[in-house]
Amino acid sequence: MTDPVIEMQGITKSFPGVRALSGVSFGVRPGEVQALVGENGAGKSTLIKILSGVYQADAGEVRMNGEAVHFVHPVESLRAGIAVIYQEFSLLPERTVAQNLFLGREPRTRFGLIDSAKMRADTREVLALFAAAGRIDPDRTVGELDVATQQVVEIAKAVSTGARVVVMDEPTAALNEAECEELFATVDTLRARGVAIIYITHRMREITRLADRVTVLKDGEVAARFDEVPAPDAIVRAMVGRDIADFYAPPATPEEIGDPVLTVRGAGNAMLHQIDLDVRAGEIVGLAGIQGAGRVALAMALFGETPFEHGQVTLNGERVSFQTPRSAILGGIGLLPGDRKSEGLVLMQSVRDNGMLTSRAFAPLWSSDRRNAFTDRARMDALLDHMEIRAASYDQDIRALSGGNQQKAIVARWLSMRPKLLIFIEPTRGIDVNSKAGIYHLMRDLAREGAGILMISSDLPEVIGAADRVLVMQEGRIAAEFPHGATEQDIMHAATGETGVAA
Amino acid sequence: MSIAEDTPRRKAGFRFERWAPLILLGGALAIYVVVALVTGQAQYLTFDNLIAILGRSIALGITAIGQTFVILVASIDLSVASLISATAVLASVVMDGSPAMILPAILAAIALGGLVGLTNGLVVSGLKVNPLIATLGMSLIIQGCLSAFVSNFAGEVPAAFQMFAYGELGPFPVALLFLGLLAVMAWAVLRFTKFGSDIYAVGGNEEAARFAGIKTGRVVILSHVICSICASIAGLYLASRLRSGAPWIGSDGVYDLESIAVVVIGGTVLAGGRGGVWGTMAGMLIFSLIDSVFNIAGVDSFAKQVLRGIIIVAAVAFYAIRSKRIVA
Repeated sequence: MTDPVIEMQGITKSFPGVRALSGVSFGVRPGEVQALVGENGAGKSTLIKILSGVYQADAGEVRMNGEAVHFVHPVESLRAGIAVIYQEFSLLPERTVAQNLFLGREPRTRFGLIDSAKMRADTREVLALFAAAGRIDPDRTVGELDVATQQVVEIAKAVSTGARVVVMDEPTAALNEAECEELFATVDTLRARGVAIIYITHRMREITRLADRVTVLKDGEVAARFDEVPAPDAIVRAMVGRDIADFYAPPATPEEIGDPVLTVRGAGNAMLHQIDLDVRAGEIVGLAGIQGAGRVALAMALFGETPFEHGQVTLNGERVSFQTPRSAILGGIGLLPGDRKSEGLVLMQSVRDNGMLTSRAFAPLWSSDRRNAFTDRARMDALLDHMEIRAASYDQDIRALSGGNQQKAIVARWLSMRPKLLIFIEPTRGIDVNSKAGIYHLMRDLAREGAGILMISSDLPEVIGAADRVLVMQEGRIAAEFPHGATEQDIMHAATGETGVAA
Repeated sequence: MSIAEDTPRRKAGFRFERWAPLILLGGALAIYVVVALVTGQAQYLTFDNLIAILGRSIALGITAIGQTFVILVASIDLSVASLISATAVLASVVMDGSPAMILPAILAAIALGGLVGLTNGLVVSGLKVNPLIATLGMSLIIQGCLSAFVSNFAGEVPAAFQMFAYGELGPFPVALLFLGLLAVMAWAVLRFTKFGSDIYAVGGNEEAARFAGIKTGRVVILSHVICSICASIAGLYLASRLRSGAPWIGSDGVYDLESIAVVVIGGTVLAGGRGGVWGTMAGMLIFSLIDSVFNIAGVDSFAKQVLRGIIIVAAVAFYAIRSKRIVA
């Protein structure tokens, strides 16, 4: 067995009021994928930040190839051969692929100028390692690439620095199924080249597919260590400290499903064609499809952001044609965006203010009348209590909350508007296992209270488990429909078309 | 991110943003020609007149080249106008009519520019003061010191140095050639050097640049030094042109705000990371062509001011709307 390239021993780190890590030991060997799992707040990020020199440990030591190292700045760990790929990419959207790959270490000519030709050639060489190489032009501006391709560039950047250790922090969070497969192939390539990979994820399927060993963190301590990948249940049990039998809420019974809330007939715009869609009260409809299939475009059309140009939309029995989000909200549609930080939250405002964002937007300016109950602090607080949002105080900035609690605050925002249709985009992206279950049950409760729910998700098990009915989109059309209990293969097949299964 | 994520991938090829300044410039030129023809003043359509138009915006052009650097790095410099006044007065006083003092005066002016730029850069990158405030403060400090010492034209520029503003090389004014040379140099620095690449990186995403091992503070400081030195060269040019320095020439020319306007009209993004010096040159040309149109058409000076304001906002709105449509 090879010696570990990274060995962390007895790492302890405290922040004011919190002990983030206590006595954590962790190691990774060349040519292996070590999965690092744990709920949000378990200490994964802190551990990685200590490894990369963003934080310094209070106690314990980090050894690299047997020698103790003390990184005090991320640049030092990068030079030592540790590359961290964060969820938010560190690419410059306005610069080309080649410029991004060699950012800060551009090759020079003998006159000291940047050697663009060499930079381009070296970029091709590095990209050739990856399956996606053929479609990446070194001169393309990164902002023009899709998220998955950007991620390949990000990984290629790590490889081109000669990194011996690559840390990936939930790399599939923004990817769909087909792209995940591509990423897995990339990870296999790295592993075959003897790179040590630390892979942080919430998704059991990825662990089964990729990992050689698994370390589970819980509350800042190592809860379990597996030298062989065990059954998902064992990992989940270690993470959560209990079984999750009722991860997904039970599907709706026929009696619970009522009349259609939303009916769309023959609707379309530049990105959507011939959309026929029904969502009934009490029902959760899942919307699957590969990236670019038009799922988000459909949500944006319903929400009036990029409206339908033709076709009919009926909401609660009335013909509607929403041209702005404001009119859609007044009509009874709520939307929970996929990217909470950039589209959903006002990070520097309090939990309560975020909860009241929409209700305040529709409150009259000139009076304090209570028609809109939730511009009233006490009632908003009661609603937040009801949602069981965990916060030190509702006056706290919302950015300090976990993803699950942030998501609940956004749900609270919509509840105050009594929506008839709620659209969830990637409802559990970046949310830990326990909170995921909470979100699924919350969605089910909302449906039981009579709302129709449309859920867009790239996480197939989630679509299958949480939805009563799954629609699959392909190239701007609804290509297939499956009842509860469809298999992943069925859906992938429909999503990629007959010929594209290989993706 | 997720909204963009499901929209089809953008097609490569024609990128509107890259050519927008040129489109605007073509528009301005067309308006100029039409106005000259319609008002029956074809004498404005000669080569000499074109050169004359350019000649009026040399100080603005030099300042705007410097301003391009700080805006690209996601900073801004409001102290250029005061610095122009200060260096013009300094150079004129040091020369005081003596040709022997030309070189010392130039060096002094550039040293003053370098010092101001260094201070701006240190305050912005080291003390983390918002550049708007840091350079506004610097502007007040310079203007205050200057007003304490001089209140009118001071010193005298020797005839030899007036060559800078009035000399000609063949059909071209020396100053115009100098501006062209400066623009080429600036372009080469941005395009071919590591420093240029670092500027785009820091302006585009400072965190990413730092994690890539770029010393971001240094890049910001050096950009400010370049900006201030450009402003002091503009001050030298104005001293040469007016044959003496006065403490109001910078603020009279509104070089601070106009240089920013020219850079932005030239397609450089105020948030940094995208743009370049040729856009700025196009912006400068657009500005001076529009001024000439007003002169030919006999627009009165207050209306002129209003129209310029409208044009600046309209140009930027034009960019914003067009690039949004491309994304959507």
